[in-house]
Amino acid sequence: MNAASDVMTFENAAAMGLSRDEWALINQRLGRTPNLCELGIFSAMWSEHCSYKSSKKWLKTLPIDGPQVIEGPGENAGAVDIGDGLAAIFKIESHNHPSFIEPYQGAATGVGGILRDVFTMGARPVALLNALRFGEASHVKTRHLVGGVVSGIGGYGNCIGIPTVGGEVNFDKSYNGNILVNAMAVGLANSDRIFRSAATGPGNPVIYVGAKTGRDGIHGATMASAEFSDETESKRPTVQVGDPFTGKLLMEACLELMASDSVLSIQDMGAAGLTSSSVEMASKGGLGMEIDLDLVPAREEDMSAYELMLSESQERMLMVLRPDATETARAIFNKWDLDFMPIGRVTETGRLILLKDGGTACDIPIGPLVDDAPEYDRPHGDAPVRVQLPSADIASDAPISTVLKSLLGDVNLASRRWIYEQYDSQVMADTVAGPGGDAALIRVHGSKRGLAMSTDCTPRYVEADPKTGGAQAVAEAYRNLSAIGATPLAITNNLNFGNPEKPEIMTQLVESVLGMGEAARHLDTPVVSGNVSLYNETDGKAIQPCPVIGMVGVIEDVDHAAGNRFVADGEDIFVVGQSDIVNDGWLGASVYQQLHGDQAIYAPPPVNLDAELKNGSFVREQILGGSISAAHDISDGGLAVAIAEMAIRSGFGADITVPQAGQLHGWAFGEDQARFVVTTANHSALISAAKDAGVEITKIGKVSASGELKFGASDAISVSELGVVFEATIPALMAG
Amino acid sequence: MTLSALRVAIIVFPGSNCDRDMMVAIEQLTSRRPALVWHKEASLDPADLVIIPGGFSFGDYLRCGALAGRSPIMNAVLDHAARGGAVMGICNGFQVLTETGMVPGVLIRNAGLKFTCRNVRLQLCETLSSPFTAGLAMGEDLTIPVAHNEGNYFADDDELDRLEGNGQVAFRYVNGDAVGPANPNGASRDIAGVLSNNGRVLGMMPHPERAMSKLHGGTDGATFLLKSLEALVS
Repeated sequence: MNAASDVMTFENAAAMGLSRDEWALINQRLGRTPNLCELGIFSAMWSEHCSYKSSKKWLKTLPIDGPQVIEGPGENAGAVDIGDGLAAIFKIESHNHPSFIEPYQGAATGVGGILRDVFTMGARPVALLNALRFGEASHVKTRHLVGGVVSGIGGYGNCIGIPTVGGEVNFDKSYNGNILVNAMAVGLANSDRIFRSAATGPGNPVIYVGAKTGRDGIHGATMASAEFSDETESKRPTVQVGDPFTGKLLMEACLELMASDSVLSIQDMGAAGLTSSSVEMASKGGLGMEIDLDLVPAREEDMSAYELMLSESQERMLMVLRPDATETARAIFNKWDLDFMPIGRVTETGRLILLKDGGTACDIPIGPLVDDAPEYDRPHGDAPVRVQLPSADIASDAPISTVLKSLLGDVNLASRRWIYEQYDSQVMADTVAGPGGDAALIRVHGSKRGLAMSTDCTPRYVEADPKTGGAQAVAEAYRNLSAIGATPLAITNNLNFGNPEKPEIMTQLVESVLGMGEAARHLDTPVVSGNVSLYNETDGKAIQPCPVIGMVGVIEDVDHAAGNRFVADGEDIFVVGQSDIVNDGWLGASVYQQLHGDQAIYAPPPVNLDAELKNGSFVREQILGGSISAAHDISDGGLAVAIAEMAIRSGFGADITVPQAGQLHGWAFGEDQARFVVTTANHSALISAAKDAGVEITKIGKVSASGELKFGASDAISVSELGVVFEATIPALMAG
Repeated sequence: MTLSALRVAIIVFPGSNCDRDMMVAIEQLTSRRPALVWHKEASLDPADLVIIPGGFSFGDYLRCGALAGRSPIMNAVLDHAARGGAVMGICNGFQVLTETGMVPGVLIRNAGLKFTCRNVRLQLCETLSSPFTAGLAMGEDLTIPVAHNEGNYFADDDELDRLEGNGQVAFRYVNGDAVGPANPNGASRDIAGVLSNNGRVLGMMPHPERAMSKLHGGTDGATFLLKSLEALVS
């Protein structure tokens, strides 16, 4: 087939997800009608996934600067300075649509893709995290999807040998037909050895390395930019297949090559494969590129120009090398048994020229592909106003321990052990705190310094009030890092929403980005990388909005980090944060409300960024100063759940003093923000430090060796009984 | 001989991913960095201990350890063992040892059909004379993590009886609890590690290199490795 001779029509463009206006614009920019290959390239580059056309306007409002930022959004991943001449390089990315269609491969390639983004920058990946959302536990597909996704994440991460150290998993019926699989990777590099993607030096060779190109994943980026329907299952062939072994070889070969001075620029072939890598490298360098498609290592015969350019086969990279380094580089890739093929050169033309079968398969200007990509200011409105749920309207007078037991067995609060034990969380032997903590903590290899990280979002808050929910996700991540004693540095975000062409969805996106930006500014955690996943809808119904935050921070000495389990009998237990909530603990939009089957949407707990900053800093400083022995942030399920988790993880009990008056369930299960449970062996030092810092703290009890959790004189439950309930739910769900 | 004089070689296959961790662990104990030996090498410099580390050699796409067992370096490792040299295979390394027949039995898919990463408790068994068990006190439990998908040790009953009779069973999984049953993978007779019939080759599923310091949550891996290295010195 000679693709150049194909004459495309608007119908072809529409089938690739392009609008009539976009089709007209392509024709105008080219001054002619595109052929199949060219149209495919435009449709991929202008897809929501690659162009951010609906979100760009709002992403620009996010804070991206700070003295700690080495590389902000726009490269393969973001980079921050963590001291000692080192940079943490990280990004989160979604693989939602493929994972719903084929959960194992979808999740596995999500992990593989985000790892490539990180090692493309010259960083050795050191940790993986994820954020997963599944449909309700009773839904017919949930078990299959959970099993497949978890095993796919493990299948890639375990094999390539990067520990999966943290993440979050939630269940809600809005994800029944559209799960979310967001994977985050964190790597380490020397700050002065970071690699970027801008092509340089006309005439320099363009090298293809890694796995061969097959017909898998063709037009995946476009699929990821459309809603789901009943026919989605027929898109199974557009799901890529992961090969973590080749991924490992590619990672080692690239890092070995990058240790020399051979690589001028490098870009992984992720979404839209050879198309986006070649176009982005040329565009960032302000140059052009000429590629001979007959030289591309192909896995299958007779692949057309269109197929070669749009394939999303995994484990591939495009590099521009110093001309004299080609043989050095070839030897390294030969050692690792990987394809290494010069397929073209950098040009000064500003055009993407593709040769195939002795002819020209594509000749288009690069500018319009990137710079003229549409940018939409989609209509949006005001977020709905929600009323506050008075706690007296919902709270019962059941004993705290009874409600606590139900909450700990709820699928959204129960132990995730069944999931995280399928991930190798320890390979590389630098994991200090793996899954199950507030934040994960790994040691920077060969030093005392630690990297802390967490992924967070509470979609029911975002649905109720997107601005508050957007801010809350940042605040919760900030608390999680503070609770182990780490200083938060920066964030990556993954914005998962429905169809942005609907004003109510666009409102969610706009408002939550504004809330996120405000929080990131206030807490000094700029956004250095991210990903947007829109059209998360099935048959017209959108998911609960889920703007996930992945945060990275640093601790000077991992020996000083705190855990979230009680450590010693007799230690005092305090709540850090607002203490005058005895009468009206915030039960609206809480897990407690969900447990009561109340489907109404109430206002979520307000986020007070001054309090988050002050209380988080206080907890961090007191951990590092030695006055706090354990800390746990108060989030889903409120104070009682936080205390119970600290007890279950340690085996210790606790004697808790309950308020004499007021609404007990609001006090125990309210999800008021900016709070922590902490323990101390030195309560006078803690109290005086809190006074100096102007931080509210309240003593609520003592750690005990009784093995019982006691709320006041007459309400007690054994910690091991709570532990059994906490551990049983997910295994029971998965056993079917 | 001192510990720092001990020559340790770690074999690296494409897909090995615990090679560095083991190198760091050995160096921590001996102050001497072990040699990393690429699988395409045909010969091995003289070594007091050869370690085959964990990971996913060749992706484990075929039977785990099957391709690695046929790498050029393995002839040299077999020669080393035939001369009575000490060899330790951890996790994927254990699978390579069973594939090459250097230790008896096979490792099949975990009974739960899932990858499992968690701490297990190991009990030292009464064994034939071996540098890998000589320094450890009987009855002492070790807590060391496992991380594998194919760690279910299998041999038929006659073979298992014979191994037990010979003192070739080095470690068993013991002392489980509600969330972590003792045996993580369904291994026959709870076997976590086995010795060759001369006691000089050990294969085990748990990863001692991941229990080397308080930060790892325990030091039993260091204890085990140190006792083995000391036995090889004396």
